[in-house]
Amino acid sequence: MANRSNEGVLQNIDWVLVMLYLVMVTMGWFNIYAAVYNEEYKSIFDTTQSYGMQLVWIVTSLFIAFVILVIDGEFFPRFAWPVYGAFVLLLVAVIFVGAEVKGSKSWIGVGAFRVQPAEFAKFATNLALAKYLSNINIKIEKLSTKLIASALFAVPALIIILQNETGSALVYAAFVLVLFREGLSGNILIFGVAMAILFVLALLVDETVLSIILVGLAAASFIFVRFKMRNIMITGGILVASLAFVHSVDYAFVNILEPHQKKRINVLLGKEVDPKGAGYNVNQSMIAIGSGGLLGKGYLKGTQTKYNYVPEQSTDFIFCTVGEEWGFLGSVIVLGLFVILLLRIIYLAERQRSTFSRIYGYGLASIIFLHLAINIGMTIGLAPVVGIPLPFFSYGGSSLWSFTILTFIFVRLDAYRFQILR
Amino acid sequence: MNLFSDRKYVISTIFITLVVLFLIRLFYIQVINDKYKLAANDNALRHKIEYPERGVIYDRNGKILVYNEAAYDLMVIPKRVKTIDTLDLCNMLQITKESFIEKLTKLKKQKFSSFRPEVFEGEISLETYATLQEKLYKFPGFFVQARTLRKYPLRIAPHALGYVGEVDEKLIASNPYYRMGDNMGLSGVEKAYETPLRGQRGVKIVMVDVYNREKGSFEGGKYDTASVLGRSLTSSIDAELQQYGEKLMQNKIGAVVAIEPATGEILSMISAPTYDPNLLVGRNKKKNYPRMALDTLKPLYNRATMAKYPPGSTFKLLNALIGLHEGVINENTLFSCSRGFHFGGLTVGCHPHASPVNLKFSITTSCNSYYCNTFKNILQKYPKTAIGFNVWRNHVMSFGLGQKFPTDLPQESSGNVPTVKYYDKYHGSGRWNAITVISLAIGQGEMGVTPLQMANFCTVIANRGWFYPPHVIKEVDGGKIDSNLRTKRYTKIEREYFDMVVDGMRNVVMNGTGRIAQLDSLTICGKTGTAQNPHGKDHSIFIAFAPMDKPKIAIAVYVENAGFGATWAAPIASLMMEKYLRREVKRPEMEKRIFEANLLPRKEDWISKK
Repeated sequence: MANRSNEGVLQNIDWVLVMLYLVMVTMGWFNIYAAVYNEEYKSIFDTTQSYGMQLVWIVTSLFIAFVILVIDGEFFPRFAWPVYGAFVLLLVAVIFVGAEVKGSKSWIGVGAFRVQPAEFAKFATNLALAKYLSNINIKIEKLSTKLIASALFAVPALIIILQNETGSALVYAAFVLVLFREGLSGNILIFGVAMAILFVLALLVDETVLSIILVGLAAASFIFVRFKMRNIMITGGILVASLAFVHSVDYAFVNILEPHQKKRINVLLGKEVDPKGAGYNVNQSMIAIGSGGLLGKGYLKGTQTKYNYVPEQSTDFIFCTVGEEWGFLGSVIVLGLFVILLLRIIYLAERQRSTFSRIYGYGLASIIFLHLAINIGMTIGLAPVVGIPLPFFSYGGSSLWSFTILTFIFVRLDAYRFQILR
Repeated sequence: MNLFSDRKYVISTIFITLVVLFLIRLFYIQVINDKYKLAANDNALRHKIEYPERGVIYDRNGKILVYNEAAYDLMVIPKRVKTIDTLDLCNMLQITKESFIEKLTKLKKQKFSSFRPEVFEGEISLETYATLQEKLYKFPGFFVQARTLRKYPLRIAPHALGYVGEVDEKLIASNPYYRMGDNMGLSGVEKAYETPLRGQRGVKIVMVDVYNREKGSFEGGKYDTASVLGRSLTSSIDAELQQYGEKLMQNKIGAVVAIEPATGEILSMISAPTYDPNLLVGRNKKKNYPRMALDTLKPLYNRATMAKYPPGSTFKLLNALIGLHEGVINENTLFSCSRGFHFGGLTVGCHPHASPVNLKFSITTSCNSYYCNTFKNILQKYPKTAIGFNVWRNHVMSFGLGQKFPTDLPQESSGNVPTVKYYDKYHGSGRWNAITVISLAIGQGEMGVTPLQMANFCTVIANRGWFYPPHVIKEVDGGKIDSNLRTKRYTKIEREYFDMVVDGMRNVVMNGTGRIAQLDSLTICGKTGTAQNPHGKDHSIFIAFAPMDKPKIAIAVYVENAGFGATWAAPIASLMMEKYLRREVKRPEMEKRIFEANLLPRKEDWISKK
């Protein structure tokens, strides 16, 4: 039986997804080589350099992928809760025993070997959410369902914030998309967008002026919706909520955010110009990408990334190398690959008989999407500088392993789909 | 169990929309907007300017007059300066923090792009350079650039060679070649031959990393331009003679110019008081120049080419030549002289000597009366004074007086030969005659001649009627100099008249006023002069050439406020000729008297020990 299912796995896995994975990881490796290219260590296999190490991460990732593929498909839904529980505990433990790297206590080390549990908590959370929402008795319309589902990803996110890794925590917002796919009102997305707009306005426009505008808008909408009690209530409610939000944003911005976070937001909004301080990274990143032109400077011919003008050029700012050396053409190819990957995952998710597998697939797509959105957005000055990696491309073992696990669990679940009865 | 499956379209749309937005943005910054490409070049490319070595200047015997010494400038790209340990840098440069900040702010405010490298501290010492080089990575925006400074090993001929200095903003505006901080020749040969001397600046584009470390040349040096070495010059100056002459002229005010008659090459050009040219190099210049410029003895002033002196009695030679040519006198014409020239109420005095006077004797004894008569006759030969005067003036001009030479010495005065217009204005048209301007007969009055013109005048006599424009550079990188300087100029006066005058000059040295200049078998021909000076004691003048046939050297000496020509100028000229023709001076007593004579109101300041 085990033997037969293993044969089945190799026959049934989606090679398109696997090939996409392999192509992107390979491209990532070559770009890391270019980003930190060092003439004294020319070999791409030199493990004293990050490109050599990335190969180690890739090989080990392939091993992990293989292990996942040989695990029985039933394992994942069955052990979703224990895995989730274990990772939540590990995240808490890191706060106390973790090693501090660049101000965030999110690393756990065994000897010289360090990993970031926050990265791995993503797949655990994804499993748990899929497990919870795929329960036959679950009704998303119920408030308790919404609350519990939200809590499932909010809890690890909060713990990660406590580790001082706000960026990584932000990724958990991706699960809202999963909830939306499973029936959460579309208003939640509209609400989210409205909040974002209000947030930006609250920081850009004077509070009093903004309040007057909001009241004005509400008054205008009264005229259009006529004087129906229900509409008045709703509009009024929205108005009050908006005002409260604006005030709390101001309050939070002034009193809660750390100075460096405030600065990053201000720079992004154009309220502050600081090309040497908080704006330095973005400025240099955009110079690197922008200097690539249509066809790029050519492989290993970039100057901005290779010569360290762009900080974190092999990790968070790896896209700069793509932009600089491969130009707009390279940008199109890489972003195109991501779109194909995301759409492929949605296509695969939709063909699942198992709700668990489908939800997991959407979770995977959403996480990759949010990483993509924030990472690329940051490198081209559309999002604040939040240190999260570009999936499959950025240098780093934790990140690559995490995305490999996330992806290959889905590949395994997909291969297992025929063994699940409707 | 697959509710809400249509939402896959919503989610897919969100994914695609965002990526499309990103691509639009990327298209804008990568393809449309050029700003980032420029910024990237600003980041990673450094235009390293390679200053070629300025050309070396040799003397006529191959001795080095000027060469170059390495110097290091600390450069700064103002825009690139980040937060640095200012104090550390200040300590190394030994400047105060305040002046550092002031300097940097000033550079940042410049109208030129503050991405352009500017000199922050010029000519840092070798030790500072060594320590700085190690720590430079700590000071982004700063780098060291090597360049060279002029060095004068013999410390001679500052006025002829000139000096090099930083270009000013006016010049940068008018000449695109130069940039802030560049050096160029500002006077003398350095200025006249600026273009060949400086060569051509090269630019090398190198890539640097964020720590300002060089990472190799950009695109294999495709856009680099090689620097072209400055061309070397061979001066006509004889370093040994120049050095000797400067020593003779020490503690005196005046000028000496010696010319090789056959070529017009200046063998020596001395303006006294002189100075050590090394005092006007680089940092020294900033320190010394203002003080030298204010010095009442005017050491910077090139008296040899710029000072206008009356020619005095030496001018009688010219009047004799004109008189002979115009036929108003001949070799045997006699004029009487009873202690001067008397006409109406006017008297031009003369010293007691035998009378009447013929041409040869008039030169030997420098008789004023003879020349007043001659001059009067020249002008009166023509129906109108103005016509006669112009004839006379054209002759004078043909000797190179009253005008600038087409020379390689940029600071030159044209001297002054008065015009009809001038006298018409001064006395009224037709209201003046030969008697009115009779002082011109003996080289006084409005006549103004530079020592260079005087030496050239002597050259014309030595050559019996022609000259090449005098010049201090004879070869440019072994090649020929400007053809203007190789074109002979002739006077209209016949050779035989010159021979008569030369005969007189020979007699001056043998039996006349210039006996002191006599030197055994050297057939020195000369003429003394004593120029009246309204400001003080007379100037001592002597012009001479030797040997009489096939002359090798023609010389003019002016010593200000020193009295008779025979007292100072003649011995100096004689010693110089001995030095040049014999390479050795064997008149120690005369030499000693000149060396030790101090005719200055105070000590000279600007000569270093030689």
